[in-house]
Amino acid sequence: MRRSRADVVVIGAGPAGLAAASAAREVGARRVVVLERDERAGGILPQCVHTGFGLRRYGRDLAGPEYAGLELARALKSGAEVRLDCCALRLEPGGGVRRPNAVVAVSPAGLEEIRAPSVVLAMGCRERPAGSLGIPGSRVAGVMTAGTAQRLINIAGIMPGRKAVVLGSGDVGLIVARRLALEGATVAGVFEAVAWAGGLPRNVSQCLCDFGIPLFLGHTVAEVHGRARLEGVTVCEVGRDMRPVRSTAREIACDTLLLSVGLIPENELSREAGVPISPATGGPLVDECGASLTPGVYACGNAVYVHDFVDDVTTEGEIAGAAAARFALGESGDRRRDGCKMFFREGRNVRFVSPAFVRLGRGRAWPSLALRSRRPAANVTPVFRWEGGQCSGPDLEFVNPGETIRLNLPVEVRGLIESDTRRDVTVEVSLESQ
Amino acid sequence: MADLVCVICPGGCRLSAGDAIGGRGVAGARCPRGMEFARSEMGAPSRVFTGTVRVSGGALPVVPVRTNKPIGRGLLSECSRVLAGLTVSAPVGTGQVLLPDVLGTGADVIATCSVEAARRGC
Ligand SMILES: Cc1cc2nc3c(=O)[nH]c(=O)nc-3n(C[C@H](O)[C@H](O)[C@H](O)COP(=O)(O)OP(=O)(O)OC[C@H]3O[C@@H](n4cnc5c(N)ncnc54)[C@H](O)[C@@H]3O)c2cc1C
Repeated sequence: MRRSRADVVVIGAGPAGLAAASAAREVGARRVVVLERDERAGGILPQCVHTGFGLRRYGRDLAGPEYAGLELARALKSGAEVRLDCCALRLEPGGGVRRPNAVVAVSPAGLEEIRAPSVVLAMGCRERPAGSLGIPGSRVAGVMTAGTAQRLINIAGIMPGRKAVVLGSGDVGLIVARRLALEGATVAGVFEAVAWAGGLPRNVSQCLCDFGIPLFLGHTVAEVHGRARLEGVTVCEVGRDMRPVRSTAREIACDTLLLSVGLIPENELSREAGVPISPATGGPLVDECGASLTPGVYACGNAVYVHDFVDDVTTEGEIAGAAAARFALGESGDRRRDGCKMFFREGRNVRFVSPAFVRLGRGRAWPSLALRSRRPAANVTPVFRWEGGQCSGPDLEFVNPGETIRLNLPVEVRGLIESDTRRDVTVEVSLESQ
Repeated sequence: MADLVCVICPGGCRLSAGDAIGGRGVAGARCPRGMEFARSEMGAPSRVFTGTVRVSGGALPVVPVRTNKPIGRGLLSECSRVLAGLTVSAPVGTGQVLLPDVLGTGADVIATCSVEAARRGC
Protein backbone atom coordinates (compact mmCIF):
# COMPACT_ATOMS: atom_id res chain seq x y z
CA MET A 1 0.00 0.00 0.00
CA ARG A 2 1.28 3.44 -0.95
CA ARG A 3 1.60 5.80 2.01
CA SER A 4 1.91 9.56 2.10
CA ARG A 5 1.34 12.55 4.36
CA ALA A 6 -0.67 15.72 3.93
CA ASP A 7 -1.86 18.59 6.10
CA VAL A 8 -5.47 18.27 5.03
CA VAL A 9 -7.32 15.48 3.23
CA VAL A 10 -10.73 16.45 1.82
CA ILE A 11 -13.18 13.66 0.95
CA GLY A 12 -15.40 14.66 -1.98
CA ALA A 13 -14.75 17.22 -4.76
CA GLY A 14 -18.23 18.77 -4.85
CA PRO A 15 -18.56 22.50 -4.19
CA ALA A 16 -18.13 21.91 -0.43
CA GLY A 17 -14.87 19.98 -0.78
CA LEU A 18 -13.43 22.28 -3.44
CA ALA A 19 -14.13 25.37 -1.30
CA ALA A 20 -12.62 23.68 1.76
CA ALA A 21 -9.48 22.74 -0.17
CA SER A 22 -9.02 26.24 -1.63
CA ALA A 23 -9.47 27.88 1.77
CA ALA A 24 -7.10 25.40 3.45
CA ARG A 25 -4.38 26.29 0.94
CA GLU A 26 -5.15 29.98 1.20
CA VAL A 27 -4.55 29.99 4.98
CA GLY A 28 -1.24 28.20 4.60
CA ALA A 29 -1.73 24.43 4.63
CA ARG A 30 1.06 22.85 2.57
CA ARG A 31 -0.23 19.63 1.05
CA VAL A 32 -4.00 19.52 0.56
CA VAL A 33 -5.43 16.48 -1.24
CA VAL A 34 -9.03 16.17 -2.43
CA LEU A 35 -10.27 12.63 -3.07
CA GLU A 36 -13.15 12.24 -5.54
CA ARG A 37 -14.62 8.89 -6.50
CA ASP A 38 -16.28 10.20 -9.66
CA GLU A 39 -14.41 10.72 -12.93
CA ARG A 40 -15.11 14.46 -12.76
CA ALA A 41 -15.11 17.10 -10.04
CA GLY A 42 -18.10 19.22 -9.09
CA GLY A 43 -20.30 16.76 -7.20
CA ILE A 44 -23.92 16.98 -8.33
CA LEU A 45 -23.36 20.27 -10.17
CA PRO A 46 -22.35 18.81 -13.58
CA GLN A 47 -25.79 17.19 -13.88
CA CYS A 48 -27.64 20.31 -12.68
CA VAL A 49 -27.71 22.01 -16.10
CA HIS A 50 -30.35 24.51 -14.93
CA THR A 51 -29.43 27.99 -13.75
CA GLY A 52 -29.83 29.28 -10.20
CA PHE A 53 -26.26 28.89 -8.97
CA GLY A 54 -23.99 31.64 -7.74
CA LEU A 55 -26.57 34.41 -7.40
CA ARG A 56 -25.28 35.44 -4.00
CA ARG A 57 -21.61 34.62 -4.44
CA TYR A 58 -20.90 35.75 -7.93
CA GLY A 59 -23.94 37.97 -8.48
CA ARG A 60 -24.61 35.97 -11.63
CA ASP A 61 -27.19 33.35 -12.48
CA LEU A 62 -24.96 30.45 -13.52
CA ALA A 63 -25.73 26.89 -14.60
CA GLY A 64 -24.43 24.10 -12.32
CA PRO A 65 -21.53 23.10 -14.62
CA GLU A 66 -20.35 26.73 -14.85
CA TYR A 67 -20.33 27.10 -11.08
CA ALA A 68 -18.43 23.81 -10.75
CA GLY A 69 -15.91 25.01 -13.33
CA LEU A 70 -15.20 28.20 -11.37
CA GLU A 71 -14.78 26.36 -8.07
CA LEU A 72 -12.52 23.69 -9.60
CA ALA A 73 -10.35 26.34 -11.24
CA ARG A 74 -10.01 28.13 -7.91
CA ALA A 75 -9.01 24.94 -6.08
CA LEU A 76 -6.40 24.04 -8.69
CA LYS A 77 -5.03 27.58 -8.70
CA SER A 78 -4.71 27.48 -4.91
CA GLY A 79 -2.41 24.49 -5.31
CA ALA A 80 -4.69 21.77 -3.95
CA GLU A 81 -4.32 18.31 -5.53
CA VAL A 82 -7.63 17.01 -6.90
CA ARG A 83 -7.54 13.24 -7.34
CA LEU A 84 -10.34 11.85 -9.52
CA ASP A 85 -11.43 8.19 -9.68
CA CYS A 86 -10.25 7.88 -6.11
CA CYS A 87 -12.74 6.62 -3.52
CA ALA A 88 -12.12 7.03 0.21
CA LEU A 89 -12.93 3.73 1.88
CA ARG A 90 -12.10 4.31 5.51
CA LEU A 91 -11.21 6.98 8.01
CA GLU A 92 -9.16 6.05 11.05
CA PRO A 93 -9.23 8.89 13.57
CA GLY A 94 -5.87 9.56 15.17
CA GLY A 95 -6.63 12.13 17.80
CA GLY A 96 -4.53 15.17 17.11
CA VAL A 97 -1.67 16.86 15.34
CA ARG A 98 0.89 14.39 16.78
CA ARG A 99 -1.26 11.37 15.95
CA PRO A 100 -2.78 12.22 12.58
CA ASN A 101 -5.91 10.74 11.08
CA ALA A 102 -5.51 8.16 8.32
CA VAL A 103 -7.64 7.94 5.20
CA VAL A 104 -7.54 4.77 3.13
CA ALA A 105 -8.54 5.21 -0.50
CA VAL A 106 -8.66 3.14 -3.66
CA SER A 107 -8.00 4.27 -7.22
CA PRO A 108 -6.97 2.53 -10.45
CA ALA A 109 -3.41 2.77 -9.06
CA GLY A 110 -4.41 0.58 -6.09
CA LEU A 111 -4.84 1.12 -2.38
CA GLU A 112 -3.23 4.00 -0.58
CA GLU A 113 -3.13 5.55 2.86
CA ILE A 114 -2.80 9.26 3.48
CA ARG A 115 -2.07 10.49 6.99
CA ALA A 116 -3.13 14.01 7.83
CA PRO A 117 -3.84 15.93 11.05
CA SER A 118 -7.06 17.24 9.49
CA VAL A 119 -9.72 15.53 7.41
CA VAL A 120 -12.69 17.35 5.87
CA LEU A 121 -15.79 15.26 5.19
CA ALA A 122 -17.54 16.64 2.09
CA MET A 123 -19.29 13.57 0.68
CA GLY A 124 -22.59 15.30 -0.09
CA CYS A 125 -25.89 13.47 0.16
CA ARG A 126 -27.71 10.68 -1.58
CA GLU A 127 -31.31 10.18 -2.60
CA ARG A 128 -33.64 8.00 -0.62
CA PRO A 129 -34.02 4.93 -2.88
CA ALA A 130 -37.11 3.14 -4.21
CA GLY A 131 -36.69 0.18 -1.88
CA SER A 132 -37.23 2.34 1.18
CA LEU A 133 -40.81 3.07 0.11
CA GLY A 134 -42.13 -0.45 -0.22
CA ILE A 135 -44.64 0.26 -3.02
CA PRO A 136 -46.39 -3.00 -4.00
CA GLY A 137 -45.82 -4.31 -7.54
CA SER A 138 -43.02 -6.09 -9.40
CA ARG A 139 -39.54 -4.75 -9.93
CA VAL A 140 -40.18 -3.27 -13.34
CA ALA A 141 -37.76 -1.18 -15.38
CA GLY A 142 -38.62 2.51 -15.49
CA VAL A 143 -38.68 3.16 -11.74
CA MET A 144 -35.73 5.29 -10.63
CA THR A 145 -34.76 8.20 -8.45
CA ALA A 146 -35.12 11.65 -9.99
CA GLY A 147 -31.37 12.18 -9.69
CA THR A 148 -30.66 9.05 -11.74
CA ALA A 149 -32.98 10.36 -14.45
CA GLN A 150 -31.26 13.74 -14.30
CA ARG A 151 -27.89 12.10 -14.85
CA LEU A 152 -29.24 10.00 -17.73
CA ILE A 153 -30.68 13.03 -19.54
CA ASN A 154 -28.04 15.65 -18.87
CA ILE A 155 -24.83 13.63 -18.92
CA ALA A 156 -25.53 10.43 -20.86
CA GLY A 157 -27.97 12.16 -23.25
CA ILE A 158 -30.62 9.44 -22.81
CA MET A 159 -34.34 10.06 -22.23
CA PRO A 160 -35.60 7.72 -19.50
CA GLY A 161 -39.15 7.56 -20.93
CA ARG A 162 -41.99 9.35 -22.70
CA LYS A 163 -44.63 9.57 -19.99
CA ALA A 164 -43.65 10.05 -16.40
CA VAL A 165 -45.18 10.29 -12.95
CA VAL A 166 -43.16 11.86 -10.15
CA LEU A 167 -43.59 10.66 -6.57
CA GLY A 168 -42.48 13.20 -3.99
CA SER A 169 -42.02 16.93 -4.48
CA GLY A 170 -38.37 17.43 -3.58
CA ASP A 171 -36.33 19.88 -5.65
CA VAL A 172 -34.68 17.19 -7.76
CA GLY A 173 -38.10 15.84 -8.80
CA LEU A 174 -39.40 19.31 -9.68
CA ILE A 175 -36.33 20.17 -11.74
CA VAL A 176 -36.38 16.86 -13.59
CA ALA A 177 -40.13 17.20 -14.27
CA ARG A 178 -39.40 20.47 -16.08
CA ARG A 179 -36.49 18.92 -17.95
CA LEU A 180 -38.69 16.04 -19.18
CA ALA A 181 -41.43 18.46 -20.24
CA LEU A 182 -38.91 20.55 -22.19
CA GLU A 183 -37.65 17.44 -23.97
CA GLY A 184 -41.18 16.71 -25.12
CA ALA A 185 -42.15 14.01 -22.62
CA THR A 186 -45.46 14.12 -20.76
CA VAL A 187 -45.36 14.53 -17.00
CA ALA A 188 -48.74 13.38 -15.69
CA GLY A 189 -48.19 14.94 -12.31
CA VAL A 190 -46.17 15.23 -9.13
CA PHE A 191 -47.73 13.32 -6.23
CA GLU A 192 -46.89 14.39 -2.69
CA ALA A 193 -48.17 12.61 0.41
CA VAL A 194 -48.16 15.59 2.77
CA ALA A 195 -50.13 18.81 2.37
CA TRP A 196 -47.17 20.95 1.23
CA ALA A 197 -44.43 20.75 -1.39
CA GLY A 198 -41.04 19.39 -0.32
CA GLY A 199 -39.07 21.63 -2.66
CA LEU A 200 -38.49 25.37 -2.81
CA PRO A 201 -41.49 27.54 -3.76
CA ARG A 202 -39.38 29.00 -6.58
CA ASN A 203 -39.06 25.52 -8.08
CA VAL A 204 -42.78 24.77 -7.74
CA SER A 205 -43.37 27.99 -9.61
CA GLN A 206 -40.79 27.81 -12.40
CA CYS A 207 -40.74 24.03 -12.90
CA LEU A 208 -44.38 23.02 -12.46
CA CYS A 209 -46.56 26.11 -12.93
CA ASP A 210 -44.60 27.32 -15.98
CA PHE A 211 -45.21 23.99 -17.72
CA GLY A 212 -48.71 23.24 -16.52
CA ILE A 213 -47.56 20.16 -14.60
CA PRO A 214 -50.12 19.43 -11.85
CA LEU A 215 -49.02 19.00 -8.22
CA PHE A 216 -51.27 16.64 -6.25
CA LEU A 217 -50.79 17.29 -2.54
CA GLY A 218 -52.07 14.67 -0.10
CA HIS A 219 -51.63 11.95 -2.76
CA THR A 220 -49.36 8.98 -3.20
CA VAL A 221 -48.49 6.15 -5.58
CA ALA A 222 -50.03 3.03 -4.11
CA GLU A 223 -49.03 0.46 -6.71
CA VAL A 224 -46.87 0.00 -9.80
CA HIS A 225 -48.00 -2.08 -12.79
CA GLY A 226 -46.19 -3.85 -15.59
CA ARG A 227 -44.09 -6.93 -16.20
CA ALA A 228 -40.73 -6.01 -17.69
CA ARG A 229 -41.26 -2.27 -18.18
CA LEU A 230 -43.49 -0.02 -16.11
CA GLU A 231 -46.93 0.32 -17.71
CA GLY A 232 -48.76 2.41 -15.16
CA VAL A 233 -49.26 3.35 -11.54
CA THR A 234 -52.20 3.52 -9.17
CA VAL A 235 -52.40 6.84 -7.38
CA CYS A 236 -54.74 7.74 -4.54
CA GLU A 237 -55.34 10.21 -1.80
CA VAL A 238 -53.68 9.83 1.56
CA GLY A 239 -55.81 9.76 4.70
CA ARG A 240 -55.16 11.40 8.05
CA ASP A 241 -53.34 8.26 9.14
CA MET A 242 -50.97 8.77 6.16
CA ARG A 243 -52.30 5.59 4.51
CA PRO A 244 -53.64 5.41 0.94
CA VAL A 245 -57.42 5.78 0.72
CA ARG A 246 -58.35 2.92 -1.62
CA SER A 247 -61.71 4.33 -2.67
CA THR A 248 -59.94 7.26 -4.34
CA ALA A 249 -57.62 5.08 -6.43
CA ARG A 250 -57.15 5.78 -10.11
CA GLU A 251 -54.74 4.43 -12.66
CA ILE A 252 -52.34 6.46 -14.76
CA ALA A 253 -50.58 4.94 -17.77
CA CYS A 254 -46.86 5.79 -17.73
CA ASP A 255 -43.50 4.25 -18.59
CA THR A 256 -41.46 6.06 -15.96
CA LEU A 257 -41.85 6.65 -12.22
CA LEU A 258 -39.40 9.09 -10.69
CA LEU A 259 -38.84 9.23 -6.96
CA SER A 260 -38.02 12.45 -5.21
CA VAL A 261 -38.71 11.53 -1.63
CA GLY A 262 -35.79 13.03 0.21
CA LEU A 263 -32.05 13.36 0.45
CA ILE A 264 -29.89 11.92 3.21
CA PRO A 265 -26.35 13.08 4.05
CA GLU A 266 -23.84 10.42 2.99
CA ASN A 267 -22.01 9.36 6.13
CA GLU A 268 -21.25 5.64 6.20
CA LEU A 269 -17.57 6.50 6.37
CA SER A 270 -18.04 9.02 9.18
CA ARG A 271 -20.25 6.64 11.15
CA GLU A 272 -17.75 3.77 10.88
CA ALA A 273 -15.02 6.12 12.10
CA GLY A 274 -17.12 6.85 15.20
CA VAL A 275 -17.77 10.50 14.34
CA PRO A 276 -20.89 11.48 16.34
CA ILE A 277 -23.85 11.93 13.97
CA SER A 278 -26.97 14.03 14.57
CA PRO A 279 -30.18 11.99 14.35
CA ALA A 280 -31.92 15.19 13.21
CA THR A 281 -29.77 15.92 10.15
CA GLY A 282 -28.11 12.56 9.49
CA GLY A 283 -24.79 14.45 9.33
CA PRO A 284 -21.94 14.89 11.83
CA LEU A 285 -22.60 17.13 14.83
CA VAL A 286 -20.46 20.16 14.07
CA ASP A 287 -19.62 23.54 15.56
CA GLU A 288 -19.77 26.86 13.73
CA CYS A 289 -16.50 26.05 11.93
CA GLY A 290 -17.54 22.58 10.85
CA ALA A 291 -15.41 20.89 13.54
CA SER A 292 -16.98 17.60 14.60
CA LEU A 293 -16.59 16.09 18.05
CA THR A 294 -13.69 13.97 16.73
CA PRO A 295 -10.44 15.99 16.88
CA GLY A 296 -9.13 16.96 13.46
CA VAL A 297 -12.29 15.83 11.68
CA TYR A 298 -14.30 18.60 9.98
CA ALA A 299 -17.41 18.42 7.80
CA CYS A 300 -19.23 20.72 5.41
CA GLY A 301 -21.87 20.94 2.68
CA ASN A 302 -24.61 18.39 2.15
CA ALA A 303 -22.72 15.83 4.23
CA VAL A 304 -23.73 17.94 7.27
CA TYR A 305 -27.30 18.82 6.28
CA VAL A 306 -29.10 19.21 2.97
CA HIS A 307 -28.55 22.76 1.67
CA ASP A 308 -30.92 24.64 -0.63
CA PHE A 309 -28.25 26.79 -2.23
CA VAL A 310 -24.73 26.12 -3.38
CA ASP A 311 -23.60 29.61 -2.31
CA ASP A 312 -24.11 28.64 1.33
CA VAL A 313 -22.29 25.34 0.72
CA THR A 314 -19.27 27.20 -0.62
CA THR A 315 -19.19 29.65 2.29
CA GLU A 316 -19.42 26.88 4.89
CA GLY A 317 -16.83 24.83 2.98
CA GLU A 318 -14.37 27.73 3.18
CA ILE A 319 -14.92 28.14 6.91
CA ALA A 320 -14.39 24.42 7.53
CA GLY A 321 -11.34 24.23 5.26
CA ALA A 322 -9.68 27.20 6.94
CA ALA A 323 -10.37 25.76 10.41
CA ALA A 324 -9.02 22.36 9.34
CA ALA A 325 -5.84 24.00 8.05
CA ARG A 326 -5.32 25.96 11.28
CA PHE A 327 -5.71 22.77 13.30
CA ALA A 328 -3.18 20.98 11.08
CA LEU A 329 -0.73 23.87 11.46
CA GLY A 330 -1.10 23.67 15.24
CA GLU A 331 -2.80 27.07 15.48
CA SER A 332 -5.97 25.84 17.16
CA GLY A 333 -7.00 22.90 19.26
CA ASP A 334 -10.54 21.73 18.67
CA ARG A 335 -10.49 18.98 21.26
CA ARG A 336 -13.41 16.72 21.91
CA ARG A 337 -15.63 18.86 24.10
CA ASP A 338 -13.17 21.65 24.76
CA GLY A 339 -14.63 25.05 24.60
CA CYS A 340 -18.16 23.93 23.69
CA LYS A 341 -20.20 26.88 24.87
CA MET A 342 -23.70 26.10 23.75
CA PHE A 343 -25.59 23.15 22.31
CA PHE A 344 -28.64 23.78 20.13
CA ARG A 345 -31.59 21.42 20.39
CA GLU A 346 -34.60 20.97 18.12
CA GLY A 347 -37.76 22.25 19.79
CA ARG A 348 -41.37 22.63 18.62
CA ASN A 349 -41.78 22.51 14.84
CA VAL A 350 -38.03 22.33 14.23
CA ARG A 351 -36.72 19.35 12.28
CA PHE A 352 -33.08 20.28 12.65
CA VAL A 353 -30.72 23.05 13.68
CA SER A 354 -27.15 23.45 12.44
CA PRO A 355 -24.52 24.01 13.75
CA ALA A 356 -25.30 21.70 16.64
CA PHE A 357 -22.99 23.55 18.98
CA VAL A 358 -20.83 26.66 19.28
CA ARG A 359 -17.23 26.80 20.43
CA LEU A 360 -16.44 30.40 19.70
CA GLY A 361 -12.74 30.96 20.11
CA ARG A 362 -10.21 33.45 18.96
CA GLY A 363 -11.00 34.99 15.61
CA ARG A 364 -14.31 33.19 15.18
CA ALA A 365 -17.29 35.09 13.87
CA TRP A 366 -20.81 34.79 15.28
CA PRO A 367 -22.52 32.03 13.36
CA SER A 368 -26.04 32.16 12.00
CA LEU A 369 -28.27 29.14 12.56
CA ALA A 370 -29.71 27.11 9.69
CA LEU A 371 -32.92 25.29 10.53
CA ARG A 372 -35.86 23.60 8.90
CA SER A 373 -39.42 23.47 10.13
CA ARG A 374 -41.57 20.36 10.26
CA ARG A 375 -44.77 22.07 9.11
CA PRO A 376 -45.57 25.31 7.34
CA ALA A 377 -46.66 28.28 9.45
CA ALA A 378 -47.15 32.00 8.93
CA ASN A 379 -46.07 34.92 11.09
CA VAL A 380 -44.13 33.01 13.71
CA THR A 381 -41.66 34.33 16.22
CA PRO A 382 -38.67 32.03 16.73
CA VAL A 383 -38.14 31.28 20.41
CA PHE A 384 -34.87 30.32 22.12
CA ARG A 385 -35.31 28.59 25.48
CA TRP A 386 -32.80 27.60 28.12
CA GLU A 387 -32.98 26.66 31.76
CA GLY A 388 -34.19 29.74 33.53
CA GLY A 389 -34.80 31.94 30.52
CA GLN A 390 -35.97 32.54 26.97
CA CYS A 391 -35.87 35.15 24.25
CA SER A 392 -37.22 35.56 20.76
CA GLY A 393 -35.75 36.27 17.35
CA PRO A 394 -37.13 38.50 14.60
CA ASP A 395 -40.58 37.50 13.26
CA LEU A 396 -40.72 35.22 10.25
CA GLU A 397 -43.42 35.95 7.68
CA PHE A 398 -43.61 32.27 6.84
CA VAL A 399 -41.80 29.03 7.59
CA ASN A 400 -41.93 26.21 5.10
CA PRO A 401 -40.41 22.71 5.42
CA GLY A 402 -38.97 23.05 1.91
CA GLU A 403 -36.88 26.11 2.74
CA THR A 404 -33.97 26.52 5.11
CA ILE A 405 -34.53 29.28 7.67
CA ARG A 406 -31.47 31.34 8.60
CA LEU A 407 -31.47 33.05 11.97
CA ASN A 408 -28.93 35.35 13.51
CA LEU A 409 -28.31 34.72 17.19
CA PRO A 410 -30.21 37.23 19.35
CA VAL A 411 -28.07 39.36 21.68
CA GLU A 412 -29.38 37.48 24.72
CA VAL A 413 -28.09 34.19 23.29
CA ARG A 414 -24.74 35.77 22.41
CA GLY A 415 -24.50 37.02 25.98
CA LEU A 416 -25.05 33.47 27.27
CA ILE A 417 -22.35 32.13 25.00
CA GLU A 418 -19.92 34.77 26.22
CA SER A 419 -20.66 33.94 29.85
CA ASP A 420 -18.73 30.93 30.97
CA THR A 421 -21.35 28.31 31.70
CA ARG A 422 -22.19 25.74 29.09
CA ARG A 423 -25.87 25.75 28.12
CA ASP A 424 -28.41 23.86 26.11
CA VAL A 425 -30.69 26.08 24.09
CA THR A 426 -33.86 24.83 22.41
CA VAL A 427 -35.02 26.54 19.23
CA GLU A 428 -38.71 26.66 18.27
CA VAL A 429 -40.61 28.08 15.29
CA SER A 430 -44.14 27.23 16.32
CA LEU A 431 -47.28 29.27 16.79
CA GLU A 432 -47.84 27.25 19.95
CA SER A 433 -44.77 28.84 21.51
CA GLN A 434 -46.41 32.24 21.35
CA MET B 1 -54.26 40.26 -8.19
CA ALA B 2 -51.70 37.51 -8.66
CA ASP B 3 -49.56 35.61 -6.21
CA LEU B 4 -46.06 34.95 -7.39
CA VAL B 5 -42.84 33.56 -6.04
CA CYS B 6 -39.90 35.65 -7.15
CA VAL B 7 -37.34 33.40 -8.85
CA ILE B 8 -34.63 36.03 -9.29
CA CYS B 9 -32.61 35.11 -6.21
CA PRO B 10 -32.59 32.54 -3.36
CA GLY B 11 -34.67 34.90 -1.20
CA GLY B 12 -37.89 33.43 -2.58
CA CYS B 13 -40.06 36.49 -1.86
CA ARG B 14 -43.82 35.93 -2.06
CA LEU B 15 -45.13 38.71 -4.22
CA SER B 16 -48.66 39.85 -4.79
CA ALA B 17 -49.17 42.03 -7.78
CA GLY B 18 -52.38 43.86 -8.51
CA ASP B 19 -52.85 46.50 -11.16
CA ALA B 20 -49.30 45.79 -12.19
CA ILE B 21 -49.00 48.31 -14.96
CA GLY B 22 -45.91 50.26 -14.09
CA GLY B 23 -45.36 48.06 -11.06
CA ARG B 24 -47.92 49.73 -8.86
CA GLY B 25 -49.36 47.50 -6.21
CA VAL B 26 -46.49 45.02 -6.02
CA ALA B 27 -46.26 43.84 -2.43
CA GLY B 28 -43.79 41.54 -0.73
CA ALA B 29 -40.67 42.29 -2.76
CA ARG B 30 -37.63 42.96 -0.63
CA CYS B 31 -35.65 44.51 -3.47
CA PRO B 32 -36.16 46.41 -6.74
CA ARG B 33 -35.40 43.30 -8.78
CA GLY B 34 -38.50 41.70 -7.28
CA MET B 35 -40.62 44.66 -8.40
CA GLU B 36 -39.13 44.32 -11.86
CA PHE B 37 -39.84 40.58 -11.85
CA ALA B 38 -43.48 41.08 -10.86
CA ARG B 39 -43.92 43.66 -13.58
CA SER B 40 -42.47 41.37 -16.22
CA GLU B 41 -44.54 38.38 -14.99
CA MET B 42 -47.71 40.40 -15.42
CA GLY B 43 -46.72 41.47 -18.92
CA ALA B 44 -44.34 39.17 -20.78
CA PRO B 45 -42.71 36.60 -18.50
CA SER B 46 -39.23 35.51 -19.55
CA ARG B 47 -36.83 32.75 -18.47
CA VAL B 48 -33.30 31.62 -19.21
CA PHE B 49 -33.53 28.41 -21.28
CA THR B 50 -31.34 25.53 -20.09
CA GLY B 51 -30.84 22.11 -21.63
CA THR B 52 -28.36 20.04 -23.59
CA VAL B 53 -27.13 19.79 -27.19
CA ARG B 54 -25.74 16.68 -28.94
CA VAL B 55 -22.01 16.52 -29.50
CA SER B 56 -20.29 14.46 -32.19
CA GLY B 57 -16.80 13.11 -31.62
CA GLY B 58 -16.79 14.20 -27.99
CA ALA B 59 -15.72 12.55 -24.75
CA LEU B 60 -19.37 13.03 -23.71
CA PRO B 61 -22.47 12.65 -25.92
CA VAL B 62 -24.09 15.96 -24.90
CA VAL B 63 -23.01 19.40 -23.71
CA PRO B 64 -25.09 21.47 -21.25
CA VAL B 65 -26.26 24.83 -22.61
CA ARG B 66 -28.21 27.95 -21.65
CA THR B 67 -29.31 31.13 -23.32
CA ASN B 68 -27.13 34.11 -22.43
CA LYS B 69 -30.24 36.09 -21.50
CA PRO B 70 -33.88 35.34 -20.73
CA ILE B 71 -36.25 34.59 -23.62
CA GLY B 72 -40.05 34.64 -23.66
CA ARG B 73 -41.42 31.92 -21.40
CA GLY B 74 -43.69 30.77 -24.22
CA LEU B 75 -40.65 30.06 -26.41
CA LEU B 76 -38.95 27.58 -24.08
CA SER B 77 -40.39 24.42 -25.65
CA GLU B 78 -39.78 25.69 -29.16
CA CYS B 79 -36.20 26.50 -28.24
CA SER B 80 -35.81 22.92 -27.03
CA ARG B 81 -37.17 21.60 -30.34
CA VAL B 82 -34.74 23.74 -32.32
CA LEU B 83 -31.81 22.49 -30.24
CA ALA B 84 -32.94 18.85 -30.65
CA GLY B 85 -32.07 19.25 -34.33
CA LEU B 86 -28.60 20.61 -33.63
CA THR B 87 -25.34 18.64 -33.34
CA VAL B 88 -22.05 20.36 -32.62
CA SER B 89 -18.62 18.84 -33.00
CA ALA B 90 -16.12 18.48 -30.20
CA PRO B 91 -14.16 20.14 -28.74
CA VAL B 92 -16.60 22.59 -27.20
CA GLY B 93 -15.48 25.29 -24.76
CA THR B 94 -17.40 26.83 -21.86
CA GLY B 95 -19.13 30.01 -23.04
CA GLN B 96 -18.84 29.06 -26.73
CA VAL B 97 -21.82 30.27 -28.79
CA LEU B 98 -23.47 27.20 -30.28
CA LEU B 99 -26.46 28.95 -31.83
CA PRO B 100 -26.65 32.72 -32.19
CA ASP B 101 -29.92 34.64 -31.96
CA VAL B 102 -32.12 31.60 -31.24
CA LEU B 103 -35.65 32.04 -32.66
CA GLY B 104 -34.89 35.66 -33.40
CA THR B 105 -34.89 36.51 -29.68
CA GLY B 106 -31.48 38.16 -29.74
CA ALA B 107 -30.28 35.55 -27.19
CA ASP B 108 -27.40 33.20 -28.01
CA VAL B 109 -27.28 29.57 -26.90
CA ILE B 110 -23.94 29.04 -25.13
CA ALA B 111 -22.19 25.98 -23.71
CA THR B 112 -21.97 25.89 -19.89
CA CYS B 113 -19.27 23.22 -19.80
CA SER B 114 -16.42 22.12 -22.02
CA VAL B 115 -16.41 18.79 -23.86
CA GLU B 116 -13.10 17.49 -25.11
CA ALA B 117 -12.71 15.53 -28.30
CA ALA B 118 -12.87 11.77 -27.75
CA ARG B 119 -9.50 10.09 -27.74
CA ARG B 120 -9.02 7.94 -30.85
CA GLY B 121 -8.59 4.21 -30.54
CA CYS B 122 -10.48 3.72 -27.31
C1 LIG C 1 -31.41 18.56 -8.02
C2 LIG C 1 -30.74 19.65 -7.26
C3 LIG C 1 -30.88 20.93 -7.71
C4 LIG C 1 -30.22 21.97 -7.07
N1 LIG C 1 -30.40 23.21 -7.57
C5 LIG C 1 -29.75 24.26 -7.01
C6 LIG C 1 -29.87 25.57 -7.55
O1 LIG C 1 -30.61 25.80 -8.52
N2 LIG C 1 -29.16 26.57 -6.97
C7 LIG C 1 -28.33 26.33 -5.91
O2 LIG C 1 -27.68 27.26 -5.43
N3 LIG C 1 -28.22 25.10 -5.37
C8 LIG C 1 -28.91 24.06 -5.89
N4 LIG C 1 -28.78 22.81 -5.33
C9 LIG C 1 -28.01 22.64 -4.08
C10 LIG C 1 -26.49 22.49 -4.25
O3 LIG C 1 -26.19 22.14 -5.56
C11 LIG C 1 -25.97 21.44 -3.33
O4 LIG C 1 -26.33 21.80 -2.05
C12 LIG C 1 -24.44 21.28 -3.42
O5 LIG C 1 -24.08 20.78 -4.69
C13 LIG C 1 -23.89 20.36 -2.36
O6 LIG C 1 -22.50 20.27 -2.48
P1 LIG C 1 -21.63 19.18 -1.73
O7 LIG C 1 -20.24 19.43 -2.17
O8 LIG C 1 -21.94 19.20 -0.29
O9 LIG C 1 -22.14 17.77 -2.25
P2 LIG C 1 -22.06 17.08 -3.69
O10 LIG C 1 -22.23 18.06 -4.77
O11 LIG C 1 -23.01 15.95 -3.64
O12 LIG C 1 -20.57 16.49 -3.78
C14 LIG C 1 -20.12 15.41 -2.99
C15 LIG C 1 -18.99 14.71 -3.72
O13 LIG C 1 -18.37 13.77 -2.85
C16 LIG C 1 -18.03 12.62 -3.58
N5 LIG C 1 -17.88 11.49 -2.65
C17 LIG C 1 -18.82 10.96 -1.82
N6 LIG C 1 -18.31 9.94 -1.11
C18 LIG C 1 -17.01 9.82 -1.49
C19 LIG C 1 -15.96 8.93 -1.10
N7 LIG C 1 -16.13 7.97 -0.18
N8 LIG C 1 -14.75 9.08 -1.70
C20 LIG C 1 -14.54 10.05 -2.64
N9 LIG C 1 -15.50 10.90 -3.04
C21 LIG C 1 -16.73 10.80 -2.47
C22 LIG C 1 -19.18 12.47 -4.55
O14 LIG C 1 -18.83 11.68 -5.65
C23 LIG C 1 -19.45 13.93 -4.93
O15 LIG C 1 -18.70 14.32 -6.06
C24 LIG C 1 -29.43 21.73 -5.93
C25 LIG C 1 -29.30 20.43 -5.46
C26 LIG C 1 -29.95 19.38 -6.10
C27 LIG C 1 -29.80 18.00 -5.55
